[in-house]
Amino acid sequence: MRMSKLVRTGADLLYPFALIFGLYIILHGHLTPGGGFQGGAVVATGAAIVIVAWAYEDVAGMIRKVTMKAQESAGLLLFIGTAALALGLGYAFFTNVLANSGSLFGLSVPFGPNPGELNTAGVIPIMNIAVGIEVWGGLTVILLYLLSGLKKEEGS
Amino acid sequence: MKRGLVLLIFVILAGGLLLIPALLDFGVPAFSDMDDYFLKNGQEQTAANNIVTAVVFDYRGFDTLGESVVLFTAVVGVGLMFRHMLKEEEYEDE
Repeated sequence: MRMSKLVRTGADLLYPFALIFGLYIILHGHLTPGGGFQGGAVVATGAAIVIVAWAYEDVAGMIRKVTMKAQESAGLLLFIGTAALALGLGYAFFTNVLANSGSLFGLSVPFGPNPGELNTAGVIPIMNIAVGIEVWGGLTVILLYLLSGLKKEEGS
Repeated sequence: MKRGLVLLIFVILAGGLLLIPALLDFGVPAFSDMDDYFLKNGQEQTAANNIVTAVVFDYRGFDTLGESVVLFTAVVGVGLMFRHMLKEEEYEDE
């Protein structure tokens, strides 16, 4: 069942902001509170608003189950691949090989409170992105399945 | 008789469990060696300002891996169940 036009327009307006806020939480996981799980949940909440305000059939063409399932699997594979990166370089599984190395995400931070720099923390941002992608896809698939009973016409 | 004995043992064990935190002062942890280690060396070793994320994704990465696999398994379970229920309807996955 579709909600009123007011709610639908509000959901359309809120969706990009929920997307941006969730991606911000994912990308800044090593600097601010939050991280992959929380940011992915925020992005999935944006999808939930749109699905509830419209109907499942309106949304199914844009937020596709196939894409979300592929995204979830890709996130988990990227997470395990990042952890296995240390194995290929001769370290133990899950070693933070990129931290303090000077390359990608490799800057050091001083001890104590400091303003923070996005290009730090080694593999932690990559794992945050991987987990964020996975939670985004997984929760959206669950929402699409659970809310697929919301038909366009009432009682059909 | 047997029921009363079980209840008595349960009360004693629960009381003992609650007694341990009651003896401590509020806000004083029983053990703080590990917290001090993370706070002292976390920024230097992982170069992350957020120590919570450093613990979750670096020091205890295996825990996070298990958490991700649990989420993946949950989604697979929901997908299997609803796939069976929605079999007659449109089936855009294939």
